[in-house]
Amino acid sequence: MTPTPAAEYSPAHADSSESHSLPEPPAASARMKLHSWGRYPVTESRLHVPRSRDAIDTLLRPAADKAAVIARGLGRSYGDSALADDVMQMLALDNLLSFDEGTGHVRCAAGVSLDTLLQVFLPRGWMLPVVPGTRFVTVGGAIASDVHGKNHHGAGTFGDHVLALSLQQASGEIVQCSPTLNADLFNATCAGMGLTGIIVDATLTLRRVPGSAIVQQTVRTANLQEVFSCFEEHSGATYSVAWLDCLARGEALGRSLLYLGEHAEDGRYLAPRSRALSVPCNAPAFLLNRYSMGAFNALYYQRRTDPLARQRIEADSYFFPLDGISHWNRLYGAKGFLQYQCVIPQEAALSGITRLLQATSAAGKGSFLSVLKKFGAANAHWLSFPMQGYTLAMDFKYERSLLPFLEAMDRIVLDHGGRLYLAKDARMSAQTFRSSYPRWEDFQALRLASGADRLFNSRQSQRLGL
Amino acid sequence: MKNILVIGANSAIAKAVSRLYAEEHCRIYLLARDSALLAQQKQDLEIRGATEVDFAPLDVTHFSLHEAVLEQALDTLGSIDLAILCHGSLPDQARCAEHFDAALEQFNVNALSTISLLTLLGNQMIAQGRGCIAVVTSVAGDRGRPSNYVYGAAKGMVSQYLQGLRGRLYRHGVHVVDIRPGFVDTPMTGHLPKGALWSSPERIARCIVDGISRKRHTVYAPGYWRLIMAVVRAIPDTLFKRVSL
Repeated sequence: MTPTPAAEYSPAHADSSESHSLPEPPAASARMKLHSWGRYPVTESRLHVPRSRDAIDTLLRPAADKAAVIARGLGRSYGDSALADDVMQMLALDNLLSFDEGTGHVRCAAGVSLDTLLQVFLPRGWMLPVVPGTRFVTVGGAIASDVHGKNHHGAGTFGDHVLALSLQQASGEIVQCSPTLNADLFNATCAGMGLTGIIVDATLTLRRVPGSAIVQQTVRTANLQEVFSCFEEHSGATYSVAWLDCLARGEALGRSLLYLGEHAEDGRYLAPRSRALSVPCNAPAFLLNRYSMGAFNALYYQRRTDPLARQRIEADSYFFPLDGISHWNRLYGAKGFLQYQCVIPQEAALSGITRLLQATSAAGKGSFLSVLKKFGAANAHWLSFPMQGYTLAMDFKYERSLLPFLEAMDRIVLDHGGRLYLAKDARMSAQTFRSSYPRWEDFQALRLASGADRLFNSRQSQRLGL
Repeated sequence: MKNILVIGANSAIAKAVSRLYAEEHCRIYLLARDSALLAQQKQDLEIRGATEVDFAPLDVTHFSLHEAVLEQALDTLGSIDLAILCHGSLPDQARCAEHFDAALEQFNVNALSTISLLTLLGNQMIAQGRGCIAVVTSVAGDRGRPSNYVYGAAKGMVSQYLQGLRGRLYRHGVHVVDIRPGFVDTPMTGHLPKGALWSSPERIARCIVDGISRKRHTVYAPGYWRLIMAVVRAIPDTLFKRVSL
């Protein structure tokens, strides 16, 4: 954690525009260790920080014949999708560019975070139509991963609310695209994991909400069958998500607490608050074992719930419960963790997820964060993850035996026609990817045609054979 | 609503500070070299809630232009409640140690330009009979170290100057704040590995805005740097000269 001697005396505000000796930040030469949210894997990368959209091209130019450059936002993807030899960190491009009070259309640079959009617009009654489980992601990252939220069944993905975007291509040209203009490029870029180019800015549509708080109803279900019926029964709910006890076995397999939410209609608007708690350093990984997790899950499941009671909860604790604890990823210890998120199509979902839970429970590997959610229909984005069915997300601390276990999980997912979420992935095989993302060949053809394959490559794309 | 003048407005810290004042619906006047970036920032701040944002280009090393530029800013704002100076540059210490020209350039950017601007702003504030001047210096100004003493000396000069200016302006109802940030994660330092002591520009901006509103004199940002620098200053020279810092 000690800064290098060079870093140590980098003074506070030396990035000023008034800098005469260094008009633009120098092309970074030093390599630094970099990882994403799961802290696995760790790479040695050069980090470039463009301060203007023109600077992106300048920084890209010296790249070698076959380079590996990838855009990165706040680093909240879990695996290696924002890791490469050269990483273009987009956080300094964070201006709001325009806002139309009438339509709720906001245009902003790609490095603007969803937190910023909520801070600025939620107090005025405008909500992002889709938010993932953390607000600390950038707009560029949310588009590149085509993230989803607790309302996917009704509202689709983040990319479904993008009206247009500007993409810096390998040629150096910045191209506008939208669902109707350069539609192929748009559909490849939304969910394209940054592999078609660098998203420079985007126009999103915000949604008027009657209040920022959420009125929540909690339903306790005894097993997987019951939570599925409950999801189907409440498919009209605006938001729905289930926390699942992944270590329960037998009759209780898949027992869950289902959280349903609607916007409060009280006309009160509150921006999410900043973080209060922090995990200051890596926790010893042995603290998370099958016994401690089993106890946690059992206790959590037993928390008092009244299916008829409706609870008013502020938006930040409903949508972003874990944002309240900064660096919670350190709980999994120095070696990090992997999040395994898959989707199983509707008709095979019950049997597929039953088998996944049986495998997890038998291996005693689960942890405290297992989430089940019903998805709506898939969209037109070529590598978008969601499809009509159910998604299951589970965290596993990294240990040597984990990788073969997840291979076995992959086979169950593939057997049931499902796939894995690229934003969470750090280890799936090229074969698994190709057999579960049917449009990967179109995607790769587009990359070849635009020259993106020679410039924009991440550790993930190299592993997946893109 | 307050009228705020920001110098070195494109720096990451200045941007973060301006955004906090935009939320408070302030009127803001931005000065920095790159007016294309200032134009974008104007948009950004107005969307965030600033009542009105104006800007003009300024290269702080052109001392002769300072008076005209500040007059224009004052004309536009009417009066200045807060002037915050954020410009600065990180020198190549090795080059400055070899060539005086390089060191002089750094003293011009980091110290003398600031003193020129403070002379004009100080007199202006006296005429107003109220207001606040805040200057971003650095913890590097607290003690000279081999790896960074040109920067440290320039920032230290500004800090000393502010101590005197503070006493002079106090009699006229004008407050002076010296802001000393530690390590900040900004575009310039983006390629360097970050340790536990690094802060985001947003966190520094909170400290600055908070310190200004509480009428603090010297703001270490974040506050724990006050303790760190007290320790650094307390080390005897016989020992300090042997430590490679």
